[in-house]
Amino acid sequence: MSALRVLVGCKRVIDYAVKIRVKPDKTGVVTDGVKHSMNPFDEIAIEEAVRLKEKKIASEVIAVSCGPQQCQETLRTALAMGADRAIHVDIDPKDYETLQPIHVSKFLAKLAQDEKADIVIVGKQAIDDDCNQTGQMTAALLDWPQATFASKVEKNNGDLTVIREIDGGLETIKVKLPAVLTADLRLNEPRYATLPNIMKAKKKPMAKKTPSDLGVDVASRQEIVSVEDPPVREAGQKVESVEDLVTKLKDSGLV
Amino acid sequence: MFSRCCRTKLVNQTVYLFGRYQSTLVIAEHDNQKLIPITLNTITAANKIGGDITCLVAGTQCSKVAEEVSKIPGVSKVLLADNEAFKGFLPESLTPLLLATQKQFNFSHILAGATAMGKGLLPRLAAKLDVSPISDIIGIKDKETFIRTIYAGNAIQTLKSKDSLKIISVRGTAFEAAALEGGNAASENAPSADVKNDVSEYVSQELSKSDRPELTAAKTVISGGRGMKNGENFKMLYDLADKMGAAVGASRAAVDAGFVPNDMQVGQTGKIVAPDLYVAVGISGAIQHLAGMKDSKVIVAINKDPEAPIFQVADYGLVQDLFKAVPEMTDIVGKK
Repeated sequence: MSALRVLVGCKRVIDYAVKIRVKPDKTGVVTDGVKHSMNPFDEIAIEEAVRLKEKKIASEVIAVSCGPQQCQETLRTALAMGADRAIHVDIDPKDYETLQPIHVSKFLAKLAQDEKADIVIVGKQAIDDDCNQTGQMTAALLDWPQATFASKVEKNNGDLTVIREIDGGLETIKVKLPAVLTADLRLNEPRYATLPNIMKAKKKPMAKKTPSDLGVDVASRQEIVSVEDPPVREAGQKVESVEDLVTKLKDSGLV
Repeated sequence: MFSRCCRTKLVNQTVYLFGRYQSTLVIAEHDNQKLIPITLNTITAANKIGGDITCLVAGTQCSKVAEEVSKIPGVSKVLLADNEAFKGFLPESLTPLLLATQKQFNFSHILAGATAMGKGLLPRLAAKLDVSPISDIIGIKDKETFIRTIYAGNAIQTLKSKDSLKIISVRGTAFEAAALEGGNAASENAPSADVKNDVSEYVSQELSKSDRPELTAAKTVISGGRGMKNGENFKMLYDLADKMGAAVGASRAAVDAGFVPNDMQVGQTGKIVAPDLYVAVGISGAIQHLAGMKDSKVIVAINKDPEAPIFQVADYGLVQDLFKAVPEMTDIVGKK
């Protein structure tokens, strides 16, 4: 089989280390002026795609991000990590508020076909909406097999052997190409983009598409009724010794 | 005039009744031998939605599981699909079965537990039906309004689905388990579907074996973090866990450092637990870890760093070196 073309989805999200704040009007969380980065699982997806290229399994890595203008920064990061070119699916900020995996998967599926991709890799979930849906839905729309929560990927002949992280341990499956993968945390350790690579990334091509270019209707499918703070736990107490601790637990009938 | 008026009313009523009618399909998770407990929590969630509950048991030689499911109160029908093609429960073969089932019965809701299997399968099914799925719900407001967490459990989102069919995964720890006895559901074969799958293949599984209770269902969970220093030291936690009948979990740091296997990870991207007692040992309490355990009834933190964020959520905090505290605790608990 000739070298493969890999499409990688990457999402711009609030940085994982930021303590988020819910808006007082309960419509969402505050995103203005908050540090954003590439979704950590998508960094892993990009890294895996770049490694496939370094192993000469892949010939080209195309990074895709769907969202407002600022997504281009996320795509530049992907390019600096080693992606060859990028596609920004430009979403109106108003539509972006209600954009969901069902929409993104339709973009990715259409792009996978247009770009003649053999593998689509996305992170297993975005750390903002915590949906864990996009990869599975993309696979369904393409009628490709899916290998979710991948912690190891190997290619032999026309198949990928994938070790998946499941509830009781690990599972090995084989999927025929073309296929969709979703990356789990332990798939790899993403590289840092070096300064020369960041400079080079500025010259790499970035195409811009709109939802109508791709024939996807971005109408909202769910109405957000409210977004609220979770209940706050009551302040606890410090105990002085293990004995104290066990006595307290015994009194509450927990030990 | 009068008769026409009556008829219109009758038709309206029928439409009304039909429109209101709920029927939920619960996809049973099992290992061909027995039911995975999260199915029981999912059935409770289905009960909250109201209407009939049908349970689908798909697998290879899984009639025993179907029998088990038929005794769960609240389940009115069990659909059994026994086929070699379901080996490994691959979504590529289960999805056609579900599509055929949905076509025949036209359910208003399809539910599964938010496990690796449920998370893998439901979105695939949803895309085939052009439905926007709803992941990992923790509450049900009404038949179309659901509650879930976002941003690693740091915000609670209430959403209303505009799709006529709702495809939902359920967080097991947010709903009580349904009883295993008292029901008497009729069992029938699921609709036949072309489930032949030549694009994916199950090869093998490597499950971590343990005599301790299953992590997500345990009443007590003891978790270790980076502070454990190495894998051997986890034995201290196992000893304590055995005295307390507890399951043992871990933070991502402990998993990434190779102390324990990844299926022990508690957190946003690992397991979500809500036991009666959660003991965090040598865990700082990063947002991602808290996402997986902060609904525990009582949280105990043992950490030598008094500034560790875990103390902000702990009901009882002990600032002490874990290498001294844990063996001492094992001693005292063992003596009772």
